[in-house]
Amino acid sequence: MDYDLEIKHAPDEGGHFGKYGGRFAAETLMQPLKEIEDAFFEAWADPEFHTERLDLLKNYVGRMTPLYYAKQLSEKVGGAKIYLKREDLNHTGAHKVNNTIGQALLARRMGKKKVIAETGAGQHGVATATVAAMFNMQCDIYMGREDIRRQAPNVFRMKLLGANVIAVDSGTGTLKDAVNEALRVWVASCEDTYYIFGTAAGPHPFPLMVRQFHTVIGQEARKQCLEQAGRLPDVAVACVGGGSNAMGLLHPMWDDEGVRLVAVEAGGHGLETGEHAASLAKGRPGIIHGSLSYVLDDDEGQISANAHSISAGLDYPGVGPELAHMMDVGRLNLDSATDDEALQAFEMLTKTEGIIPALESSHALAAGIRIAAGMSSNKIVLINLSGRGDKDLNTVMEKFGFHTEGQL
Amino acid sequence: MSNHLPEVFQRCERENRAALVGYLTAGDPNVQTSERLMLTLAEQVDILEIGMPFSDPAADGPTIQAASERALTAGAHIDDVFAIAKRVRQAKPEIGIVLMGYANVPYTMGFELFASKAKQSGVDGVLLVDIPAEESGICAEAFKSQNLSQIMLLAPTSTEERIKLAVNIAEGFIYYVSLAGITGAEMGEVAKIKEKLSLIRQYTKLPICVGFGVKTPKQAESIALFADGVVVGSHFVSQITSNIDDRDAMLSSLSSTASAMAEVMKRQG
Ligand SMILES: Cc1ncc(COP(=O)(O)O)c(C=O)c1O
Repeated sequence: MDYDLEIKHAPDEGGHFGKYGGRFAAETLMQPLKEIEDAFFEAWADPEFHTERLDLLKNYVGRMTPLYYAKQLSEKVGGAKIYLKREDLNHTGAHKVNNTIGQALLARRMGKKKVIAETGAGQHGVATATVAAMFNMQCDIYMGREDIRRQAPNVFRMKLLGANVIAVDSGTGTLKDAVNEALRVWVASCEDTYYIFGTAAGPHPFPLMVRQFHTVIGQEARKQCLEQAGRLPDVAVACVGGGSNAMGLLHPMWDDEGVRLVAVEAGGHGLETGEHAASLAKGRPGIIHGSLSYVLDDDEGQISANAHSISAGLDYPGVGPELAHMMDVGRLNLDSATDDEALQAFEMLTKTEGIIPALESSHALAAGIRIAAGMSSNKIVLINLSGRGDKDLNTVMEKFGFHTEGQL
Repeated sequence: MSNHLPEVFQRCERENRAALVGYLTAGDPNVQTSERLMLTLAEQVDILEIGMPFSDPAADGPTIQAASERALTAGAHIDDVFAIAKRVRQAKPEIGIVLMGYANVPYTMGFELFASKAKQSGVDGVLLVDIPAEESGICAEAFKSQNLSQIMLLAPTSTEERIKLAVNIAEGFIYYVSLAGITGAEMGEVAKIKEKLSLIRQYTKLPICVGFGVKTPKQAESIALFADGVVVGSHFVSQITSNIDDRDAMLSSLSSTASAMAEVMKRQG
């Protein structure tokens, strides 16, 4: 497929999307970030970069991913037609690899020998360890202690792929602390080390760059929907941790005014409980991890330790700045799904379609199903199935009270 | 609306010594003890750097991370930071007082209110680690209107272009980070620091203080020879950590450590 390589709705020179974004980083990191920015724009303008990137996306990752009309699910829901963008079928099992391929190519262009990354669910860690193995680069992955517990299979995968997984004990032992630690290490090692940031957040140029590497999702989905259904979807839905799969799916449809763009945040135990990760819905503007965006913090600006989601990949008290901007200008609709709703959607998709979704993606499903249920059957709801659920089986089995012994 | 920083550096220059800049995190290990520690340190330093505890100190090493965590766990609030500054100002009318921390705390309070509270507490300057020159517009007005110096960092990775950007905005003094790393790491090589300072001095007349990794009087002495000030942070915080159960030992250990550092600020000849 021919991808559109034009950078649309670009931020200003300093990486600001409206009032959000920018580069709120320590002086020591400013030059390394500038070098990545320069390398990115230079690479993006180079046809050879895209030839190699798109070849890897096709022949290594398996793109384009299918757009699947989920007939059984749609009938069960009894509303709009539900289409699933099958990012779960990517190599490594999630959308994350679209970004790590792009950034690893950039790292190699910049002559870096080593890559580091943070990870929450472990999907970005696995996707980074995978490209590091392929490109023969040394790889260190920072992961919160709590997430290591929740996502044991992915920890093992990263290790098999040759990466070092470094447990982060500081703070809450989750994704935000893993980012802090990776930043600390990167400050001292940026000469030979490239930091592969895993979502559309962080300091400029990461939000822009990560978005660009993921727009293959939305560009494909848009074209596939036109081909299969003869028109664009009425609603496009994606879950939001930092915003990479959401920007990937939704950004290419920004200018399609008829398409409602829905970002689904993690409702955790419920938005009213304070134990959730709904930064856009319940947070306020703040500065964390290098950019100005929405954050969950207390009245004095201390970042929330209560951020919670059953899915480690959404358990983050911040969000990408461009999503905050899209929300402000009225182009993004917010929704959320609780832990329980996500689990129900997880089970429903598994039983009706034989597809086991990631818990992150189950949030998009839960909201998408709810939206579809209120629409007529001539409408189309497009849901980003950002990853597959293999990594979540332990969590889900625990929740469903399913033990191998005595139940088989 | 006086600002003590220019006087402090003039005084040091007259006495042919570098300024000693001492850092502690406010509220560590608790607000009450922290006030005593700050007053103790203020006896020895020319500029007291009061750290505002933050949940996510991404530019700090384990020592100052732990200090922030202790302070927040003990219930330190931003108003405690101001109260401590005020007490220090009452006790030491002549020293410089600078607040150091991360942007989200003043951003959440609102830079205007933050600046006015800081000024009322006798603060002279503010250093926000994650506000580089490019983003300084977000707080510049608020600080200027209260005659608070916006202190800027420069680092080994700062290019000439970046140096020009930063000195254009900086007031009070330049804080030069001795190493590409986090607080508490090993100090950078003295020759390299010296070389970078000469480069920076081509673009500014502001005093330059060197920090990050200064742990021994010997290191401090080697920096004091050519820098206008020496910043000691993690090493002072360590005096809290290593005497955590004994407040008297904590205070006396801090006092003697700081006095050893103060002694080597004097340049010979
Ligand atoms: C499958 C999957 N979906 C979604 C996310 C959330 O991240 P983002 O908002 O960057 O897409 C993750 C993060 O780990 C993930 O693994």
